[in-house]
Amino acid sequence: MNIRIENLTKSYGDQKAVDSISFEVKTGEVLGFLGPNGAGKSTTMKMITHYLNIDAGNITIDGRSVRNTDMKKHIGYLPEHNPLYEDMPVIDYLRFVAELQGVDAVKLDDRVKDMVRLCGLNDEKHKKINELSKGYRQRVGLAQAMIHDPEILILDEPTTGLDPNQIVEIRELIRTLGNSKTVILSTHILPEVEATCDRILIINKGKIVADGTAETLRKTASGSQVLRVKIQAPSQDEVKESVSQLAGVALVEKVEGSENRLEIQSHVDQNVNEAIFRLCVDKNWVLTEMVPFETKLEDIFRDLTMN
Amino acid sequence: MKTSNATWIIAKRELSAFFNSLVAYILLISFLGFTGFFTWLSGNGDVFFRKQADLKVFFMIANWTLFFFIPAVTMRLLAEEKRSGTIELLLTKNVSDRQMVLGKYLSAFLMVLIALAFTIPYYLSVSQLGNFDHGATLSGYLGLILLSSAYIGIGLFASSLTNNQIVAFLLALLLGICFQFIFGVLANGSTGWISELFNTLSLTSHFDSISRGVIDSKDVVYFLSITFLGIFLSEYIISKRK
Repeated sequence: MNIRIENLTKSYGDQKAVDSISFEVKTGEVLGFLGPNGAGKSTTMKMITHYLNIDAGNITIDGRSVRNTDMKKHIGYLPEHNPLYEDMPVIDYLRFVAELQGVDAVKLDDRVKDMVRLCGLNDEKHKKINELSKGYRQRVGLAQAMIHDPEILILDEPTTGLDPNQIVEIRELIRTLGNSKTVILSTHILPEVEATCDRILIINKGKIVADGTAETLRKTASGSQVLRVKIQAPSQDEVKESVSQLAGVALVEKVEGSENRLEIQSHVDQNVNEAIFRLCVDKNWVLTEMVPFETKLEDIFRDLTMN
Repeated sequence: MKTSNATWIIAKRELSAFFNSLVAYILLISFLGFTGFFTWLSGNGDVFFRKQADLKVFFMIANWTLFFFIPAVTMRLLAEEKRSGTIELLLTKNVSDRQMVLGKYLSAFLMVLIALAFTIPYYLSVSQLGNFDHGATLSGYLGLILLSSAYIGIGLFASSLTNNQIVAFLLALLLGICFQFIFGVLANGSTGWISELFNTLSLTSHFDSISRGVIDSKDVVYFLSITFLGIFLSEYIISKRK
């Protein structure tokens, strides 16, 4: 199911938590929702799941507004902080949620079993939730979100508290689910977005500041290419000077703490790899290293959200 | 069909939460202990002392025991959901605010019915002791059920206002005291329509006449109004999060 968000706005008092944002998510897409704390990620998710009312704008799922409360049944939601009924055994809790979501009584047991298996809860299923470690609690949270096989999954920080192995498992699970469902997930962990999401949305102070794949974000953030090269030559100063005189090179800097290494920034949309190689051949220098240097997502994120 | 379903599922979970913790047992034992002691054993004023085969003492004591018992049941209903954040979980399921509040109400109501069911042996044994007025006793039970329903409405409302169970408990007691005492005192201390108004609001007079065996539609409407007002206001408070 496709989710379309149009000019969505929500204020708390005078402060606009979400300020006229618009975007679309399609079936088979995993959208990563990024932003600093208090940017409006959770508020947006709470409006999609109808926990909060929409002040202005609209959210539609396959053309129907989520203001119709019956749209809730298409959504599986994992809230931030993953609240759970602490005093219930895992299996009773999952049965309770399944009943509440209107899972057919005939299929209910199978569905609960499926979720227990899928989320790796088999050894813990009879334990009370307050006896579980944080990682297992998170799995219970995911299991309850998916129990009625919803077409849409809204996951607010799904991997917090998991150990690295569990994170990999959950990411794989989300990727698999993402093939057939519409997934929106929020996170603070930037590599996670690259690992799981088809598209990234960065939001700051209630407004969208970037929307695209990790690749397109990189390109728009810095159109220029950065190369790291290591050249063996009699005089490093001469190397530096010759390189900076090449056409297309914007900036050359020595890399601190490492001999013979230079960082070379090119002008926008110019490729200097070949020129550097030819220069070395002409001068009879030995080129031992040439690595294109990717702009880190962290840097893009900082650029867009700090001002 | 669908509407009542979610309400019932929530009520069922809540009720089993009572029995899975010690709450239900402690409350049942203290309810039966208090009412049993004063009905049968206290000496001064019990069934044998009065030499009358009726449950008047029981109804009076039950009124007061429920006065403390019900806020203890209702205090966690919404306050705990709000504190732990599970309310978000519940309301983003296929459940409306009203269904949730009704489910909570229903769970407390069933809890009270269970407590009252345990006093049926009182009824059966006293009825063997002499000339017994079955009508008046059944009316007394109806009175207790209506009274409980009103207390639950008050307790639920108190629970919706806070995310602290103790605050919810004390607030419910405070509101209960208003209905039990203060309105009565104010009615006696004033004249004219003001006195009339407070007299109508006072819970004691309504309960007394029902527990004597007089079922007046005015009294029934009174208790049901408090119940509905409590449920309605709770729903309103919960919906204000939006």
